[in-house]
Amino acid sequence: MKYLPLLWAQLFRKKARTILTVLSVVVAFLLFGLLEAVQMAFESGADSADAKRLLTIARYSIIEPLPMSYAPRLERVPGVVAVAWADWFGARYQNESNAFPVFAVDPARYLDMYPEFEIAPAQRDAFVKTRTGAVAGRRLAERYGWKVGQKLPIASEIHTRTDGSLDWEFDLVGIIDAEDPAVRGNTDMVLVNVAYFDEARQFGRGKTGWYIIRVADAEQARRIAAEIDQMFMNSPDETKTQPEKEFAVGFAKQIGDLGALVTRILIAVFFTILILTGNTMAQAIRERIPELAILKTVGFSDRAVTALVLGEALLLIAIGGALGMTAAVALMPSLNEATGGRFPPLYVAPTTWLLAAGLVAALGLAVGLPPALRVNWLRIVDGLAGHR
Amino acid sequence: MSALVEVRDVTKTYRRGGETIEVLHGIDLDIPRGDFVALMGPSGSGKTTLLNLIGGLDAPNSGSITVDGQRIERLSSGALARWRAANVGFVFQFYNLLPVLSAQKNVELPLLLTSLSAAERRRRAEIALTLVGLRDRARHKPKELSGGQEQRVAIARAIVSDPTLLVCDEPTGDLDRATAHEIMTLLSMLNRDHGKTIVMVTHDPKAAEYAQRRFELDKGLLV
Repeated sequence: MKYLPLLWAQLFRKKARTILTVLSVVVAFLLFGLLEAVQMAFESGADSADAKRLLTIARYSIIEPLPMSYAPRLERVPGVVAVAWADWFGARYQNESNAFPVFAVDPARYLDMYPEFEIAPAQRDAFVKTRTGAVAGRRLAERYGWKVGQKLPIASEIHTRTDGSLDWEFDLVGIIDAEDPAVRGNTDMVLVNVAYFDEARQFGRGKTGWYIIRVADAEQARRIAAEIDQMFMNSPDETKTQPEKEFAVGFAKQIGDLGALVTRILIAVFFTILILTGNTMAQAIRERIPELAILKTVGFSDRAVTALVLGEALLLIAIGGALGMTAAVALMPSLNEATGGRFPPLYVAPTTWLLAAGLVAALGLAVGLPPALRVNWLRIVDGLAGHR
Repeated sequence: MSALVEVRDVTKTYRRGGETIEVLHGIDLDIPRGDFVALMGPSGSGKTTLLNLIGGLDAPNSGSITVDGQRIERLSSGALARWRAANVGFVFQFYNLLPVLSAQKNVELPLLLTSLSAAERRRRAEIALTLVGLRDRARHKPKELSGGQEQRVAIARAIVSDPTLLVCDEPTGDLDRATAHEIMTLLSMLNRDHGKTIVMVTHDPKAAEYAQRRFELDKGLLV
């Protein structure tokens, strides 16, 4: 700690240059924080996936429905402890741009399957008991100003009612939420009671979109998945069963391999920062060779002076990194507000902070090591010659 | 007076391009404790090289240098750094203060290597600055000081860890006559009243007059 004032003074020897360099690092880490948050939001489904949950869809396409009659057969598979199902509703609210996921589900089975979704017990009870009931994610409800107890008019792009209309009306009986930000993104949806939906639709009765299956032992998940698919082999509705995480990752990749894209952008950004900051550090140290020789003259060892130069580089990157990440955190609320809940909630996760700390260390070392080694090898008499 | 510095048969060569230049040829020199020695000679005679060897800033190619019983040419780089911190104070022509630090912090620099508390470092730096007459300039940065004041700060830095030996390379080379006189008076006081052994390189015969003994070097030999 006693060297910190010396490091600080050396770092801000040329204030304008240091501030500009720090700003470039700030921008890099701000981008890092934001892009990681976007990536996490996209992958939140996979991150919050339960290893004990399997998803069963039609073998050749997720848009092909499966018979609801599969449910009791699935329940009888050894190792399966619960079965729920959901169907895609294809909803829009008021106009085309207000689109969000709506799933027709068996309320009790579905909410039991996803205990990470929080709902008030009375509202859960109302959802189970109300045939026209619906529950909505908190962010979605706030976005459209929905209140529990109101009618929820939703148009479907797929399912017509028996009268040929695409307009449906449900009773909003509850709000679902989640404390974990990674899970909260998955609550941006409306769940409607399948009992009413299935009875009131014109086509596709007795069918559902997919099954969610809970198994007793995650180790047995793949065996059970294979057994289920084997069970329906050569039937008119063959199945494809896979762990929920695998399904979520595959689904996210349909949008594009966001992880790879983010990684490539960040590599480009940090490579630029590495060159820029490395050049600045090298220049700053080159200008101070006689001063560093003086430190050695008065008794600082080669190692101590080397550590000072490395420390300076690390301090520079750490200041920029901390400011950039703090700026990313500060921007999150306004970004979340700007997306109006159309996007999973953005947040800077603890793992992102850890990654940022690792980046600070790696970048600091990469930037500081070349000039530090030069100083380490510097002969005092050569260094002092710059002052003669 | 016992010899504080014993230089025995020291040679020093440098390589410049493909050429080897012998700067010092078998130098022998004894400097007793409490002495004030001036090394004089034309440019390129090897006086600064000899000073650097005595101060442990460079190593001889052959021969030995013993300071206060310590064969310094045998010390490793780290041990030599510790030895310099404890035993030698340096004063240079161009002061070599760190421009980003105040006078006080510049003087405290060598004490950072000790286990002294911040308060004790500050106290000792204040004493050193008081000794050189710059107590009231402690918070000033080098660029806010005159050349003479900068050199006084450099001298305070050189004596703050109470070294036995002061090594001065052209301490008045960048100063006007009156300021040079002040600096030499200060160095004389440190030698006379505080028992510092001083080895000084100078071109200036006036500055050399303050020394108790003078040595002339020419082409790497003491003459």
